[in-house]
Amino acid sequence: MRHHLILRTITKLLVAPILMFALYVQFHGDFSPGGGFQAGVLFAVAFILYGTVFSLAQVQAVFPPWLVHKLVALGVLIYAGTGVVSMLLGANYLDYDVLGAHPEHGQHNGILAVEIGVGVTVASVMIAVYYAFAGRPPTISDEDW
Amino acid sequence: MMVATALAIVRMRHLFAVVMLSGVFSLLSALLFVTLDAVDVAFTEAAVGAGISTVLLLGTIALTSRTERLTVNFEWLPLLVCLVTGAVLIYGTLDMPNFGSADAPVHQHVAPGYFERTPHEIDVPNVVTAILASYRGYDTLGEVVVVFTAGVGVIALISGLGRGGRRGRGGRPGKEA
Amino acid sequence: MDFEFIVGHLNYWLFIVLMMTGLYVVVARGNLVKKIVGLNLFQTAVFMLYISVGKVSGGTAPIFPADMKIDESVVYSNPLPHVLILTAIVVGVATTALGLALIVRIREEYDTIEESHILTAELAIARRELADMDGER
Repeated sequence: MRHHLILRTITKLLVAPILMFALYVQFHGDFSPGGGFQAGVLFAVAFILYGTVFSLAQVQAVFPPWLVHKLVALGVLIYAGTGVVSMLLGANYLDYDVLGAHPEHGQHNGILAVEIGVGVTVASVMIAVYYAFAGRPPTISDEDW
Repeated sequence: MMVATALAIVRMRHLFAVVMLSGVFSLLSALLFVTLDAVDVAFTEAAVGAGISTVLLLGTIALTSRTERLTVNFEWLPLLVCLVTGAVLIYGTLDMPNFGSADAPVHQHVAPGYFERTPHEIDVPNVVTAILASYRGYDTLGEVVVVFTAGVGVIALISGLGRGGRRGRGGRPGKEA
Repeated sequence: MDFEFIVGHLNYWLFIVLMMTGLYVVVARGNLVKKIVGLNLFQTAVFMLYISVGKVSGGTAPIFPADMKIDESVVYSNPLPHVLILTAIVVGVATTALGLALIVRIREEYDTIEESHILTAELAIARRELADMDGER
């Protein structure tokens, strides 16, 4: 897509706002529609857009595949680890009451940690899947569409 | 309108058009979710259904083929199976409460408890988030693990990451030495 | 069966029509990519059925005001189906990706994504193996 000047310029403008919006959705999920699942998808969309319009090599220079594969596992670990921490502090697994000075604060912290875990896993799984599909040599050339 | 889109998907043989129509279908269903008060779900459907799945389907047809071969003969059996299943399901709905009635059994048991307990136990305005991450934390943990497993499966199948044992590279001499 | 009953159940029936359309695509069409699209149709129809069950007429989205001053007179829709479906959508796309990855591998092995062609190829392989076994005997 080297010759599509408009697409390339618009993409450069859009990627940063998409990432900002993803972070907003992630951390504002308690108050408005949103949360880890949606934020993860939006975060991945920014990278997929960049990779589609520019090239796979360029997006992989920013976010290398080995890092993505580590993050896939890290998200699940954050989620499950939150449960283990609450268990170590004397409560039931995934019971966040003990994670703060006050049960409600504990719940806020717990929900935040869990949502970050969800967001990291979903975003990196989507990016990993995109890398896997885009990394295969295509059988149809661009002009045939 | 959604039924029309669905029928068009059945009729079309050009896979590119089919994929685009499935994106349209997702977007329409997201609109429907907004009118049914499920804003979180609509958000997810718009991002996932109309965004990611369309990209993935396009990626797949770029790796495979663009058109569907013509099915030679029209078969009655699948149509019959679908009609019978549909008839049974419609018979099943006859016992269901009217759409939107507030005294339906769904709204009697668990949901009022969540509305009552959320303000003083969790203190989070978005009840969906409160249930998702706290009351049903185990559920969500399971879902995240499913997403994780699917991701690992895709990586294992087609990302070409295998270091040894793949065709053309032979075994692992390092281990045997 | 009066008018109110029909209007109150029309939504369920429409979703069932969509669901059966998806099922028909899965069962009757030979192209694997199209089967996945049909599966997605079916899935979305099930989601819509769930969400419509959670709707309360006159209700609003289940989000309290940000200052947590809750007005008792406001009716909220049931949040439980929303939670279930929210996670199901994301899991759905992850499993769809897995199915598509399988299709890509199948294409690489058999050079086709039509079910009938794959069956023919499988049959040929099986016959050849059988012949080889007979030859050894």
